[in-house]
Amino acid sequence: MSDLTSLYQEIILDHNRNPRNFRVMDHPDRSLEGYNPLCGDRYTIYLKMNGNVIEDISFHGSGCAISKASASVMTSVLKGKTIEEAEKIFEVFHQLVRGEKNEADILEELERLAAFSGVSAYPARVKCAILPWHTMKSILENESKAVSTE
Amino acid sequence: MDLKTKDVQEVYSVERVRKDFPILSKRVHDKPLVYLDNAATTQKPNVVIGALEQFYTSENSNVHRGVHALSEIATQKYEQAREFVRQYINAASLHEIIFTRGTTEGINLVAASFGRTFLHEGDEIVITTLEHHSNIVPWQLLCEEKSACLKVVPIDDKGDVLLDEYEKLLTEKTRLVAITHVSNALGTVNPVKEMIEIAHRMGIPVLIDGAQYMPHFRVDVQALDADFYVFSAHKIFGPTGIGILYGKERYLELMPPYQSGGDMIRSVTFEKTIFNDLPFKFEAGTPNIAGVIGMHAALKYISSLPWENIIDYEAELLRYATEQLQSMDGVRILGTARKKSGVLSFVMDGVHPHDIGTILDEEGIAIRTGHHCAQPVMERFGVPATARASFAFYNTTEELDALIRGLRKVKEIFHV
Repeated sequence: MSDLTSLYQEIILDHNRNPRNFRVMDHPDRSLEGYNPLCGDRYTIYLKMNGNVIEDISFHGSGCAISKASASVMTSVLKGKTIEEAEKIFEVFHQLVRGEKNEADILEELERLAAFSGVSAYPARVKCAILPWHTMKSILENESKAVSTE
Repeated sequence: MDLKTKDVQEVYSVERVRKDFPILSKRVHDKPLVYLDNAATTQKPNVVIGALEQFYTSENSNVHRGVHALSEIATQKYEQAREFVRQYINAASLHEIIFTRGTTEGINLVAASFGRTFLHEGDEIVITTLEHHSNIVPWQLLCEEKSACLKVVPIDDKGDVLLDEYEKLLTEKTRLVAITHVSNALGTVNPVKEMIEIAHRMGIPVLIDGAQYMPHFRVDVQALDADFYVFSAHKIFGPTGIGILYGKERYLELMPPYQSGGDMIRSVTFEKTIFNDLPFKFEAGTPNIAGVIGMHAALKYISSLPWENIIDYEAELLRYATEQLQSMDGVRILGTARKKSGVLSFVMDGVHPHDIGTILDEEGIAIRTGHHCAQPVMERFGVPATARASFAFYNTTEELDALIRGLRKVKEIFHV
């Protein structure tokens, strides 16, 4: 039971029940669908940029509690961040769910991410937590590629 | 909780059978293993594990090649297995029993060999909504290649095939019907005998995917009058990587080889190759000899079981689990067909199937969650995924009680 409560922490259950920024965005600058064919989790991430800053970010789709809460927390954390900051946060999250970073090492402002540290004990579920973040990273990388070609 | 049908229990002892399967006494996450993922693969009895060990310990050699003692033993055992399979499914001839890697390869073989030969532009192939991806994609690719058309028989809200619609879809352009005997996602047992009769009235051959039927019932391919029947050993308590394609000889004779190489030839010169006779024409390369021997052991094992009682026993397991699940708030069972095998697909309000799977796993309970390689079925019911508990004859009502307790825990954790 102790393991399961570390996976399904209240903050995760809360974001699953009441996901933040859970909406289809009208006229986004970019959007991308993230899909896990193995389990069927499917989310679209929407992004509105203001120069280098993520002005608005939302998501829509369906999947398990871990993936939905992860997308919800991700959109909450990344709103207002620059691309460089977002990429750093992605790294932190990546290390956290893979058990490569201790939750105590997390910056105070990112403590919402710490709820996902329990995922590292469930290798089969790491992909659920990572899916929205990978989708986000792909959007940002394509964006910067597009910028560099201009 | 004991089964109510005491008669069944007296003839069929599930406790005795469970002792034949070493894995069933293992613990997972420090809880007794409750294995309810039998539609994915079944567990193996000692006699199968022993047959594999015996082969590799004392008999390992290649087949149909050597003159030495071991090769003769291996060849003999390999061909004895073929004869056992023939008897088990009541095929007319040994020429009709082709060893494959499994159900998927059996279907691909028919699609490639029969399909490429007999399907032409504008022709049609008919499947049902219930098919596993392995009985969809090979036909899709074939139809693309041939500019032919794939037609799909719809199902009703219970998961039963609409027979009227099926009949309407068959035309003079239909070259093959490919249908599953039992749905892996819903457990529906299709009325394949009737469906074969309907197709045969129009001279259309029928392939039956028997992967999910074979673990629960006995098949007689001649009584069914199936033209092709495919299944996998690993779903009938045998090893992975081996399966059977049964095909009527008159079709197999007309079909070109699927793969080519050694063992499937009679003579090779650089100008011309003469192919071997059936069934070897379809068995290129060194086969999965140990797999064949393991499958033989599995079939011998299940042949020794009292099937009439097992069918009653499994029906009782399904009835009991269905009743328990139906009485749970917020749980919906998908697939309530007239005739079902031991598959329970369900969804729970407010909890995604993967979360159900993770929480049950922590209790030592193995189920499958996801789309079960049957996305069109999921789409038909408007869900992205389900949780699926699937039974075998070694499961018990106590295990089903554990499943229900586990589901209560899921509701507790998710506050639903």
